[in-house]
Amino acid sequence: MAAFPVSALRMHPRARRRLITGLLFISPWIAGFLMFRVYPFLASFYYSFTFYPVLRSPRWIGWENYRNLFDDPRFLTSLWNTSYYALGAVPLGAFFGILLAMLLNMRVRGLSAFRTFFFLPSITPVVAAALVWLWMFNPRVGIINYVLSFANVQGPAWMGDPQWAKPALILMSVWSVGSAVVIYLAALQDVPRELLEAAALDGARAIQRIRHVTLPMISPVILFNLIVSLIAAFQLFTQVHVMTDGQGSPADATLMMSIYLFQSAFLFFKMGYASAQAWILFLIIVAFTLVLFRVSGRFVYYGGR
Amino acid sequence: MAQLDDSAPAPAAFPAFTGGARSQRVALATAKYLALGLFSLFFLLPWAWMISTSLKNPEELSLYPPIWIPDPVRWDNYVTAFSEGALGWYLWNTVVVTVPSVCGAVLSNALIAYGFARIAWPGRDYVFALVLATLILPDFVTFIPLYLIFRDLNWLNTYAPLILPLFLGSPFFIFLLRQFFMGLPAELSDAAHVDGASEFLIFLRIILPLALPALAVVALFQFIGSWNDYFGPLIYLNDIDKYTISLGIANMESSYGFSNFAWIMAATCMSVLPIVVLFFFAQRTFIEGIALTGLKG
Repeated sequence: MAAFPVSALRMHPRARRRLITGLLFISPWIAGFLMFRVYPFLASFYYSFTFYPVLRSPRWIGWENYRNLFDDPRFLTSLWNTSYYALGAVPLGAFFGILLAMLLNMRVRGLSAFRTFFFLPSITPVVAAALVWLWMFNPRVGIINYVLSFANVQGPAWMGDPQWAKPALILMSVWSVGSAVVIYLAALQDVPRELLEAAALDGARAIQRIRHVTLPMISPVILFNLIVSLIAAFQLFTQVHVMTDGQGSPADATLMMSIYLFQSAFLFFKMGYASAQAWILFLIIVAFTLVLFRVSGRFVYYGGR
Repeated sequence: MAQLDDSAPAPAAFPAFTGGARSQRVALATAKYLALGLFSLFFLLPWAWMISTSLKNPEELSLYPPIWIPDPVRWDNYVTAFSEGALGWYLWNTVVVTVPSVCGAVLSNALIAYGFARIAWPGRDYVFALVLATLILPDFVTFIPLYLIFRDLNWLNTYAPLILPLFLGSPFFIFLLRQFFMGLPAELSDAAHVDGASEFLIFLRIILPLALPALAVVALFQFIGSWNDYFGPLIYLNDIDKYTISLGIANMESSYGFSNFAWIMAATCMSVLPIVVLFFFAQRTFIEGIALTGLKG
């Protein structure tokens, strides 16, 4: 803690007392921070440079894990799959999140019923959702291909088809967009009505009012949701683990970074290799978050501040 | 804080003064409810399919076109889920994990957030920045060393790794409660300070009772988090009779498979039921809590 005042001894007694009281209150966090965040963070960084078959002690091998990773076709596949999923699910989630929130924000009868329909899936146990969707995606008797058959579309094999497994996961992600809808709705309700009325009086059409008033006003919340959903998308695990029995099947088409690193750790017992994968995942998440913050300067409007 | 009152009509994104022509208003309203209806169908379809499947005969599972109303309705699938699938054990195990987790989260995060919100100690804001920084740290970075620690403590295959960490605070809840505590007037503490009350007494007697709505949000979210957790039980629990509900139903699917899917769906319904019931009892707390999380983006 570099920024921490070292001069506690020379402090005014009142300030020192406050410091001690404050630290006492947050002491559970300090313990948890050191044990469950700092130590594992540093340890996994160290392990990522070691050969560590779990039953023996780690042996330093320098950059070898990282070099091997980029020669490992399964790792590159997992990188591609994860990016594909994130770049599909995140924008789609933002689009439907905002769209549904805007619909709910128009004067709607039965608002709380609609809100419940949209919101409940987002707190449903992911395993339960995964089992139900797996069953819905069933190519032979599943309800999704049945619905498609009404439009004379022969549905694909979804989770059984390497081409369609990732789109299936993305479609499924839209189902749990509800918590974002609630956040967007709260933001929309805070958009001052006078602004929209003034724009309308100036002759702005509905689309223009959305583009130039509503969206800028809720842009900080859009940024927040984008970051949260991006971090979640890169760590997609449970759905895939349940729907493919931990395989990332078919033909590694749903082998996410999280799934492969889990396999490395608990199937192949390569703790060092898995740690290197975890660190690359971490760096990707940090990089995307920073990019979003940087880009956000251009589209986020903080109330004139 | 946004007004989330259902009874008051929300200010419209597209107010109805785009002309005032009656036919245009009717068209807009029709389009609106048509869109809402279609989306509702999409969001409700999985529920209907889950419940319908949970009541089917094994033969009805593979009928095409699928049927919605099974004949006869097989309520006994729910009995099978308990007898064949050990659903009762999984539910009980999940309660055993969830209840102490919720208590731990409420207690620890209230204490910690108070330390960040209502005591002005030197260096506080730097330390709080560290709290926020850990929000971005993925579980996948820390889980291998954590697994090894718990292995060395001989805590694998116990519930301790799932429960104990929650007694040491979670950054998101600290953030949430800190926001709430900072919103309470400073005069509340000042008067008590003058009377010589200790900070802990103020926390316990004055601030906590006022913070009950925010604590309820933490309790709800942690309940959902622990009830739904899959990753934690997956790495820490080995014995099937210790499995929690999420791990349990996933395991039913992989070990019983297709022909037993009807009662597996019955078990799935039962795993969702507590969450749905909780939502209907605490709807307002949920919605306001979720909305609260986004406001300081």
